[in-house]
Amino acid sequence: MSTTAPETPTQVAAEATIGVETTEGSVVDPAREHRGITGAQSLVRSLEAVGVDLVFGLPGGAILPLYDPLFDSSVRHVLVRHEQGAGHAATGYAQATGRVGVCMATSGPGATNLVTPLADAYMDSVPIVAITGQVASGFIGTDAFQEADIRGITMPITKHNFLVTDPAEIPQRIAEAFHLASTGRPGPVLVDVPKDVLQATTDFEWPPRIDLPGYKPTTRPHGKQVREAAAVIQAAEQPVLYVGGGVLKAEASDALRELAELTGAPVVTTLMARGAFPDSHAQHLGMPGMHGTVTAVAALQKADLLVALGARFDDRVTGKLESFAPGATIVHADIDPAEIGKNRKADVPIVGDAKETITELVSALTALHEQQGRPDLSGWWAQLDRWRETYPLGYDLPEDGALSPQYVIERLSAIAGPDAVYCAGVGQHQMWAAQFVQYEKPRTWLNSGGLGTMGYAVPAAMGAKAGRPEATVWAIDGDGCFQMTNQELATCAIEGIPIKVAVINNGNLGMVRQWQTLFYEGRYSNTRLHNRGSGGGEIEPIRIPDFVKLGEALGCVGLRCERPEDVDATIAAAMEITDRPVVIDFVVGSDAQVWPMVAAGASNDDILAARDVRPVFTEGPV
Amino acid sequence: MPRHTLSVLVENKSGVLVRVSALFSRRGYNIESLAVGPTENPDLSRMTIVVDVESAPLEQITKQLNKLVEVIKIVELDGASVQRELLLVKVRAPLADRAQVLQTVELFRAKVIDVNTDTVTVESTGTPEKLQALLAVLAPLGIKEMAQSGTVALARGPRSMSGAGTLRSAS
Repeated sequence: MSTTAPETPTQVAAEATIGVETTEGSVVDPAREHRGITGAQSLVRSLEAVGVDLVFGLPGGAILPLYDPLFDSSVRHVLVRHEQGAGHAATGYAQATGRVGVCMATSGPGATNLVTPLADAYMDSVPIVAITGQVASGFIGTDAFQEADIRGITMPITKHNFLVTDPAEIPQRIAEAFHLASTGRPGPVLVDVPKDVLQATTDFEWPPRIDLPGYKPTTRPHGKQVREAAAVIQAAEQPVLYVGGGVLKAEASDALRELAELTGAPVVTTLMARGAFPDSHAQHLGMPGMHGTVTAVAALQKADLLVALGARFDDRVTGKLESFAPGATIVHADIDPAEIGKNRKADVPIVGDAKETITELVSALTALHEQQGRPDLSGWWAQLDRWRETYPLGYDLPEDGALSPQYVIERLSAIAGPDAVYCAGVGQHQMWAAQFVQYEKPRTWLNSGGLGTMGYAVPAAMGAKAGRPEATVWAIDGDGCFQMTNQELATCAIEGIPIKVAVINNGNLGMVRQWQTLFYEGRYSNTRLHNRGSGGGEIEPIRIPDFVKLGEALGCVGLRCERPEDVDATIAAAMEITDRPVVIDFVVGSDAQVWPMVAAGASNDDILAARDVRPVFTEGPV
Repeated sequence: MPRHTLSVLVENKSGVLVRVSALFSRRGYNIESLAVGPTENPDLSRMTIVVDVESAPLEQITKQLNKLVEVIKIVELDGASVQRELLLVKVRAPLADRAQVLQTVELFRAKVIDVNTDTVTVESTGTPEKLQALLAVLAPLGIKEMAQSGTVALARGPRSMSGAGTLRSAS
């Protein structure tokens, strides 16, 4: 299948059905109305009308009627190898493009295989719509073959979900699902459609009425709150802009840059916000949190003002909540009112869209600067720069000469550059990818932040590449994660979605192993994934599985790199291949650790820059 | 912990009760009582939910409830409201004790709604405190069985949750 963008779906649909006559002989508008079609046809028409170009799915009994009209549709269907892959691909597509991602599955096990990606998209506020087949209405509640109450199962992990009971409702439910997924705080929406509803005869009309009386997201920030926020920013001596994923979702990166440069305040970007502010910008202190930079963590701890923009004071950022940023006044701007005050009391709450809020903050601050001049932050910057100089992000090369995972990722960033999209699984490789890839642009970093879903990288990279065929998409994956979802590489090979995968292969569940090293006296219970030879290079390593052969079996080019001097050439070779997916097996040492680190449940004040290296923050002026 | 009464207007659709009760359970908040019924508008139902929480978590509960797409409006009913529960209680009432039972029913302005040779069934509406007092008096006589509703409540005065003179939303 071609990777070029399809024509506008509605155009194609219109051309295919021009001059359709009803039984009464009157001509109806073919793009807007269809009489006497099936529920399945109505659903496909609805997807076309709402602008869907691509869905990821896998058919089965209950959803079979839908796959028949889909066969003729302008909507491209990518046949995955596991429904979980469809769900994460929809997420990757949405995160990389900003559009709603779509996945579909049949009833029962097909639907339950979507549970993990739905929970993942819910935690990371990703707009996706899942369409599931359901057993016929008359069978619901009878424990029928492949029956699962997927609406009940997904209630706590979706923004909303529907069970469609009447075929006439289909256009409305689809329109509502896309509206809910993409507006306010984005999130996943599931639409469950029984088989008989897909088979029944109905009429299609577009656009349908959207009837959601209880859904009114606030996007426009309250003017008084914005002015109050501007006043506290103006008065602050040690402010920090604490930027979360909401800034990316609101497409507010340019506005953020304007605000940052206007205030002169330092910026930290959370794991979900990497790329929202250029890493190369002098005001960027990096990522805060459990594995953040010492300077970003220290800045939050010592700040007198935090301006949280689309961030949610997650435990991985705050560490022990009681001792987080003890001296800081909190301005908290978020589109979800329930996030404000949930973990940390906000002194100045602002409910609204991040872009609108930041834009209005810029206007309010500009006015204040005209009256009062710009605040002097030079003392604060002197301190921040001392920390930056003393505790830069870095890593030690392994003493045994093994390949360093951080070095691999650093070189990947340098060679693939800031226009590539980077996608990670969960664990050490994810943290290194967040730390050592230089992010300059929004929507170039995709990962599973909230749920921490191992296996996210390959299918999410597939979705990102399918949505942005012109971009180079790298999955940076761990060997543990890779073994959960690598079967989607077959999908990539067959469907013409040439992603690149860098497997950071340390032979272990590395992050768990790191914790066993630090907190369980090095007792490595069930974290070793394969039996590497341990005779100092004398014994040939046992490769189970052999990722080069596995990649080749799945239709990819397989490469292996085991020595630092081969890293650049191997990455360059992978960059040259554009007609197939590529898997590189980077065989790295198993003892590399992620630093800095705030131990779980510890205070951010107790961050360790490296093992047994405790920074001192109370130094006087130099 | 203080007791709070939330009056929640929701869309009259299947699954709403599950969404609301599951939200309380997964966020770790206990429901003391919950009553659902129709309203003057056939498209809406009213849930009256009584919770025992401090005010900070109450604000979080209200905000989380408001995020449910099918929740239209939430009002916290404070002291300026009328709150009632319904109690049906089957009391042992052999002839020897019957007069005492009937006297108690009279004193509490309750009603006898079923009688037989061994028991009487008493209906009473009132505040939770009144019903507790009634039960305390009846208990020594022998309570065979009882059923009690959750609290239903409305704000005092001319204002309502929908229409003119609207009550202010919680949070």
